[in-house]
Amino acid sequence: MATAEKAKQKSDVTLHYLRPGKKFPSVWCPGCGNGVVMGSLIRAIDNLGLSKDEVVLVSGIGCSSRLPVYLDFNSLHTTHGRALPFATGAKFAQPHMKVIVITGDGDALAIGGNHFIHACRRNIDITAILINNHIYGMTGGQGSPTTPGGTFSTTTPYGNVEKHFDPCSLAAAAGATFVARSTVYHEPQLQKLIGQAISHRGFSLVEAISNCHTYFGRLNRKGDAVAMFDAFKERAVPVGKASKMTEEELEDKIVTGVIHNVEKTEFCDEYQKVVDAHMGEK
Amino acid sequence: MPARERKLLQGNQACVHGAIYAGMRFFAGYPITPSTEVAEMSARLLPRIGGRFIQMEDEIGSIAAVVGASISGLKSMTATSGPGYSLMLENIGYAYMTETPCVIVNVQRGGPSTGLPTKVSQSDTMQARYGPHGDYCAIAVAPSTVADTVTETIRAFNLAERFRTPVTVLLDEVIAHSRELIYLPEEGELEIYNRVKPTASPEEFEAFALTPNGVSPMPSYGEGYRYNVTGLTHDTHGFTTNRVDEIPVKLEKLRHKIADYTDEIEKIRVEHMDDAEVAIIAYGSAARAALQATDIARKVGAKVGAVQLYSIWPFPDAKLKELCGRCKKVIVAELNMGQLITEIERIMPDKQITTLQRYDGEILTPLQVVKKIEEVL
Amino acid sequence: MAAKLLDKVEIPKDRYEMRLSGSGGQGMILAAVIMSEAIGGADERNVVQSQSYGPEARGGASKADVVVSENEIYYPKAMNLDLLLAMTQESLDSYYPNLKEGGTLIIDTTLVTDVPTDNYFGLPFTQLAREKVGIIMVANVIALAAIAELTGVVTREALTKAVLGRAPRGTEDKNRKALEIGFEEAAKIKK
Repeated sequence: MATAEKAKQKSDVTLHYLRPGKKFPSVWCPGCGNGVVMGSLIRAIDNLGLSKDEVVLVSGIGCSSRLPVYLDFNSLHTTHGRALPFATGAKFAQPHMKVIVITGDGDALAIGGNHFIHACRRNIDITAILINNHIYGMTGGQGSPTTPGGTFSTTTPYGNVEKHFDPCSLAAAAGATFVARSTVYHEPQLQKLIGQAISHRGFSLVEAISNCHTYFGRLNRKGDAVAMFDAFKERAVPVGKASKMTEEELEDKIVTGVIHNVEKTEFCDEYQKVVDAHMGEK
Repeated sequence: MPARERKLLQGNQACVHGAIYAGMRFFAGYPITPSTEVAEMSARLLPRIGGRFIQMEDEIGSIAAVVGASISGLKSMTATSGPGYSLMLENIGYAYMTETPCVIVNVQRGGPSTGLPTKVSQSDTMQARYGPHGDYCAIAVAPSTVADTVTETIRAFNLAERFRTPVTVLLDEVIAHSRELIYLPEEGELEIYNRVKPTASPEEFEAFALTPNGVSPMPSYGEGYRYNVTGLTHDTHGFTTNRVDEIPVKLEKLRHKIADYTDEIEKIRVEHMDDAEVAIIAYGSAARAALQATDIARKVGAKVGAVQLYSIWPFPDAKLKELCGRCKKVIVAELNMGQLITEIERIMPDKQITTLQRYDGEILTPLQVVKKIEEVL
Repeated sequence: MAAKLLDKVEIPKDRYEMRLSGSGGQGMILAAVIMSEAIGGADERNVVQSQSYGPEARGGASKADVVVSENEIYYPKAMNLDLLLAMTQESLDSYYPNLKEGGTLIIDTTLVTDVPTDNYFGLPFTQLAREKVGIIMVANVIALAAIAELTGVVTREALTKAVLGRAPRGTEDKNRKALEIGFEEAAKIKK
């Protein structure tokens, strides 16, 4: 297939999933990785052949959390940090639905940290896509739980003295059964991982490392969007290769691929067994 | 037909029976005294009817799950007490904004903060009205007996579905933990209201359409209406708006859909008010002391009447004013430092209004009320 | 009429108020629940049962009240006790002042030694449970049977049905025995 034809097909797929009646452009800055993640999500869903009606997109507050509003699915744009408990209610009420949470580093790991670990622990069949840009974008560049030590934000003007979370390790330790990471530079991989995560029965996390050139990039002299994308390319190490590297060698690297993948009983399935066993009792 | 049997139930247990009768199929909650039995009973009963119970990680998550489940299509409820209700306010506000039907049971205890976990109070009266930030109209109902708790919980669900809004059931520790022998309603005995579903095609569907009664038909997720729900101020399609011509439309919708239909919500009980010179106004367990005191004082000739509020919010301004029209004096009996009284003073500036408060964690006694009647007469 | 109201008023006579008291673990709340169910199973009288709740429920003085009336029960708590069951000295000391003049006092003579009146019924409920049934856990059931026998607030049949309705599987015989002992011993001291 010719490149131009391929590109057109790709854009037709995207258009098919954009919400009719919703005005564009989006709230995102030109060059923001959120658009890449949205494209990956659309194509992953399209590849899986899901019907639009069976998909529920849930989000909290922040730049990433605006994503569901643009897409032609059932969408629930909730309060800061609370996307996962809202999603838990929506999923548990209709377990046949595909519930996908779009969240950010501040939303999922700071204000929503408690909900995050408990959603992992329950292993409820929800896919969380955590767009990690290491900063609060919507409120104007404040430090988040993934802001690396020593880096600058508007609330760490002298360099961050705190340690940061690794969302993937946190999720795996808390009980999530599928955990993967990619970056907005590695779109084909990101799309594939999102597809795997949605197909996985249980709680799945895909961490999408993304750029906030507007704040994180500017405050830390990381350059524009393209420069930040290039840096992701340089820093990415596939998980297989990473397993043979030392801690020092992995310093500042982004380990990509499926990081954790295990089978465990799923929350809604287990509850259904309780219902089946006690239905009709007086 | 076999004779109906009475059941000995606590208020908290009766609440669950009422909720299930009303169609509750989803409960999310977090343990907190004195409301915990509501969660325990829900955990036991819901699987038996194919419903769902989940214990969340906190109260914020509980109300979030309830709202998510309601939008997904199930009648949903949570139960808590003051400290948990404070935590829930964020997403109760979300339910107001997104017009999501749900029921929140607040078994009141003393505060502020951790306060008095095992003691009775009515100090969340105002929190149930003004808790979440922003402008909206709140609905709160208030049972005073175990039997009431069944019917008022059913009413709370009906109102939530009728008006597409969160409804608070203001219980208190005394009613929650007292056991009374009650008849549970039989199938078909009481009316159950279910949310209105859209008849328009998905293409023509307008999620928050303006309708004659202010309530927009509400589909469940998965039914083909892929609409957007957001806590941001939104237009009639559910999309965020900052337009000065659209913002008031949304806020006025939230107000008028309730404020213009208060006669469907207000519920008041009156005893001995025909020739009363003094009216005692109360709700919940304080109303039981007021009713008892009225009965006692009437037997020795005191012209006193009792007015019990079953719905606190919206405050029944006109109806209450009319009921108290004849008497010059009003006693407001409540288990707090004076919350209900501010509303009474607002609507009856011409009357002599006396406050009777108790806030030591105990219920008012009938003799305390009689003493106040004596002072006022 | 001002200032005279309180002098004239009477506690309503259509209420019968019972308080079952002891220490946490003696099953006073369960006893009150059983008493309420016995009344509910027998006739159309209304019942409100309440108890001290919280730390007290886990040791220390424990009380459970039952208010009975043929009419609507407005006030849910006891105002003036018609009957007080005291299973311990502490509970007797705490609640005796709430017993109305001429009210019925029933004490467990196993544990109560100092009674502030001569007008009472005393039976060694705990000792009877231990010696005649073999488990002290049924002392509350023996006491319930004694209350039924001494006051007539419920029939033997209604109480028996309610006790057996609550008895854990395998304990029916022990509970039946406890009821018999309570009825018999109380009949002996009935005035």
